[in-house]
Amino acid sequence: MTDARLAIATPIVGATGREVAPAGATKMAARNLNFFYNGFHALKDVNFNIAEKRVTALIGPSGCGKSTLLRIFNRIYSIYPKLEAKGEVLLDGENILDPKYPLNRLRSKVGMVFQKPVPFPMSIYDNIAYAIRHYEKLSRAEMDARVELALTQGALWGEVKDKLKQSALGLSGGQQQRLCIARAIALRPEVILLDEPTSALDPIATGKIEQLISELKDHYTIAIVTHNMQQAARCSDFTAFMYLGELVEFGATETLFTKPTKKQTEDYITGRFG
Amino acid sequence: MAASSPAAALPAAVIDASRRAERDARADKLFRGLLAAAGIFVLVTLIGIALSMLWGGREALAQFGIGFFFSAEWDPVNQKFGALIPIYGTLVSALIAMLIAVPVSFGIALFLTEIAPNWLRGPVASAIELLAGIPSIIYGMWGLFVFVPLVGEHVAPWLNDHLGSWPLIGPLFTGPPLGIGMLTAGFVLAIMVIPFISSVMREVFLTVPTRLKESAYALGSTKWEVVWDIVLPYTRTAVVGGVFLGFGRALGETMAVAYLVGNSVKFTPSLLEPSTTIAALIANDFNESTGLHRSSLLLLGFVLFVVTFIVLAAARLMLLRLSRKEGNA
Repeated sequence: MTDARLAIATPIVGATGREVAPAGATKMAARNLNFFYNGFHALKDVNFNIAEKRVTALIGPSGCGKSTLLRIFNRIYSIYPKLEAKGEVLLDGENILDPKYPLNRLRSKVGMVFQKPVPFPMSIYDNIAYAIRHYEKLSRAEMDARVELALTQGALWGEVKDKLKQSALGLSGGQQQRLCIARAIALRPEVILLDEPTSALDPIATGKIEQLISELKDHYTIAIVTHNMQQAARCSDFTAFMYLGELVEFGATETLFTKPTKKQTEDYITGRFG
Repeated sequence: MAASSPAAALPAAVIDASRRAERDARADKLFRGLLAAAGIFVLVTLIGIALSMLWGGREALAQFGIGFFFSAEWDPVNQKFGALIPIYGTLVSALIAMLIAVPVSFGIALFLTEIAPNWLRGPVASAIELLAGIPSIIYGMWGLFVFVPLVGEHVAPWLNDHLGSWPLIGPLFTGPPLGIGMLTAGFVLAIMVIPFISSVMREVFLTVPTRLKESAYALGSTKWEVVWDIVLPYTRTAVVGGVFLGFGRALGETMAVAYLVGNSVKFTPSLLEPSTTIAALIANDFNESTGLHRSSLLLLGFVLFVVTFIVLAAARLMLLRLSRKEGNA
């Protein structure tokens, strides 16, 4: 397996020569990625890397394809008919778009948190345990420990430890979203995809999530889609700017926000359009 | 002139506005009254029908007392009547129908909401609605001419051979293969209630937010797990409601059952032998009945009300307990 991984991982420079290889090992990478919605060309030859244990942000105006791109990384798009991804998405050098790549393994390695908090209609405890039970058979005590660990990592344990048996629907929006992050963490993924995780939250809850992101990046590789440029500037190490299905510019967050090389990027981050 | 005319118009406008407010208030009150009347109409009709059944059955009630509900005798010649056999038949045939209809409806609804390609969803959904529109007499005829021979020649002998000698459930599947009986009635009832149950299920499955399902898929859930762990709990109340809507219909269905159940008021444990249900018995006997016989049939009608009411109440209770168990009252 190691050999195969190396063999696939070597050709990094794509035809467009657009990508900037970030410091640190590459965890995931898109190679000449194209995406079609019922024939509509939604992503065009996208090439970029997600660095291991770093936060990579995807920014761009609505409809630019940033969420679409994120949704390819765990193949969640494939539950719908008539969506098609062409090209390669590598996870540790293996192409996850290959139909032979087991979906189960992919989703245990690549967790996802959605725009709006979506607790399952069950207790707080079961929301976490539900995910774990899919992959592991644990004793009661082990499960308790895993649930506590996940909730602690999700910065929620202190607030919910006395009401684990209560319905998760009774939590506030911010708490629900941290529960969703904890649920994703509970599977011990390697990559966490965040699709505008704070767009439905108030500023205080948003602050807590951003705090959480900065703590999580010590252990996890994170990709975040955000509408909020300040958020991208605050939380991420690398930023990709997308426009009309193309990856316009990609680089270290600081560089991209202070010295963008493309005119479109500059216009967007200075608020001239978007 | 220009100054005086607005001054003169102002009070008029104010009066006009206050009149209008009064008129609006009156109209609103009337509207509320009409709506309340519509709501009360249902209640009054329901209670009125139930009570007039009870009133019609007073003679039988006086004659047999509470024993009417527990007696297995139905003998017009000797003027002895009891409700146990038709009550038993009603419940058993409806239960058979539900055993078949619920899983099939569940499958139909899931297929239509989760799996079927878009072009197929519309036609199948319409076909199901058409199925609901077929009059029950048609089901009765179809059942008698097509289904009864099928059961008599193939299904009943098979059940006889394979299940007839089993302990406990064996007696349910013994007897001559006539083709008519509770099992046949249950089968056809199932086909009749499937449209109701499956369209309720389909509609509520559509209300499950996409993001909820996506979240479950993102954790690696399979389609079955998403349906069982997410879709069903989320829609539980409505699903149970749909199931009991179908159950209520199965309990009260008359014509198709009268054709297929065999109309025998002798008790038999076998599902393959002729039996009867409350509605079928009333339909068969009513025209030729007089006096105590007719009174007993009316009382039987009241019993059907009570049985249906108990079933619906049980469903409510079940839902209440379920939600309390989950601690999110």
